[in-house]
Amino acid sequence: MKRSAAMLVTLAALVITSPLQGRIIHREQSLYQTILVDDTGSRRCLQFSVRRDQRNQSCIDLKHPEQMVFTYTQMMMAGLLLAPDPKNILIIGLGGGTLPLALNALLPEALIDIVEIDAVVVRVAEEYFGFQSSEHLQVFETDGRIFTKRAIMRHDQYDLIILDAFNGDYIPEHLMTREYLQETRTLLGSKGTLVANTFSQSRLYDHESVTYASVFGDYFNFKQYPSSNRIILVSMAGLPTVDVLKARATRWRDRLRAYRIPIHNYPDRMSRTIDWDRDARVLTDQYAPANLLRSRNRHR
Amino acid sequence: MKNLLVSSLAFTSGFVIMSLELLGGRLLAPYFGSSIYVWGSVITVFMLALSAGYLTGGWLSLFNPSLKRFSLIFFSSAATLYPLAMITEPVMERVFEAFTDPRWGSLVAALVLFALPTFILGLISPYAVRLLVVNVDRAGNTAGNLYFVSTIGSALGTLATSFYFVLWFQMDTIIFLLSGMLLVLGFVSWMAARSR
Repeated sequence: MKRSAAMLVTLAALVITSPLQGRIIHREQSLYQTILVDDTGSRRCLQFSVRRDQRNQSCIDLKHPEQMVFTYTQMMMAGLLLAPDPKNILIIGLGGGTLPLALNALLPEALIDIVEIDAVVVRVAEEYFGFQSSEHLQVFETDGRIFTKRAIMRHDQYDLIILDAFNGDYIPEHLMTREYLQETRTLLGSKGTLVANTFSQSRLYDHESVTYASVFGDYFNFKQYPSSNRIILVSMAGLPTVDVLKARATRWRDRLRAYRIPIHNYPDRMSRTIDWDRDARVLTDQYAPANLLRSRNRHR
Repeated sequence: MKNLLVSSLAFTSGFVIMSLELLGGRLLAPYFGSSIYVWGSVITVFMLALSAGYLTGGWLSLFNPSLKRFSLIFFSSAATLYPLAMITEPVMERVFEAFTDPRWGSLVAALVLFALPTFILGLISPYAVRLLVVNVDRAGNTAGNLYFVSTIGSALGTLATSFYFVLWFQMDTIIFLLSGMLLVLGFVSWMAARSR
């Protein structure tokens, strides 16, 4: 009796935990982080931390590799509402490569430059996530800040820049300062669009928000349940009206259906309301304790 | 009294060296990233500059060692530290243009920016040993005490900078404070030398 009860408990524990506990098919220590590839059912995820409670960085559905599993990846496609036809795209942070592959498929003519500091991430994306660089999809293995400075020296410009360099474990603090955003603004020229995948919690939210505002002024703040991410959308040509956003969403709607991106829902959720503490200190190269601020709770 | 004074001067030099080293890695990040090679460059430059400083400081102690001369080391370290805040940007910009490889870029930038102030801070320890050693029998004991206080200073400098200073102050402000600490202690030992 006792034994069967114990077995029941064990069984129950197995049933409860097994959907969460995927099978780790690859584990590698890089110069920057521990990289795990984990299969759960038909879902394959790239993780940057051993801790189970850390969110997955990038996942694909092996049965439907084109679909975007995560809300925040889908949300970043809202950039297409501000830059409907980008010819030159810069993505800082490769992850599993879901986003660049989708943009490449949707905009086959666009030239996409991807900057990824970690060579192991690039190799894992190729081996396990079907990422393949090509003439239109070039990967540069370097620091995002260094790439940006060099690009300015070459007088390069981009119609769309996607900043996705924060994997949740450790923030590269030199990519979250006013000076870095000013450099990025130079690359955007007078019409470019910036999409930044950032944090919506902790005291860092206030500091990050005022830092973006200090460089770009007005921007769209885009949050959506269940994602704990906040997407910042900036347009150097000025933010479009909701009507314009909706018209563009209608045009993209059918093409994005295969990716499961509900783009028609996005315009109403892209807010211009200031919901942060305006007195928070701007992050600069001189003052950049982003990781320390992230462990602090918000005042309000 | 002299013992306490020289010990606190050694403590401060240890504190400033490590605080500066941590700031060094941070200062280079906007141009060279924050990867392991940046830290490698900074630590290499600090070790080289300190070793040269130890050698020179020991040699300097051969010629009429005095508290007054000791205070001059502090004045010059304060004077070389203070302009760092002004020259980092232009120096890094030039090095960035000249070196494509961020490893060599960060090494050269660290050399130009930190070698001189760190060299001068390295003069302090051997000179302090000479000031405090009374006889050969106790020389090892005196040196051991000085290593102890200056290394405790290094530990606290590391902790204070990485845990708190970066959260409270701009980096330029921290450099200014370090420079101010050296200046004040230089004055204290100058005054102590005069009253003797």
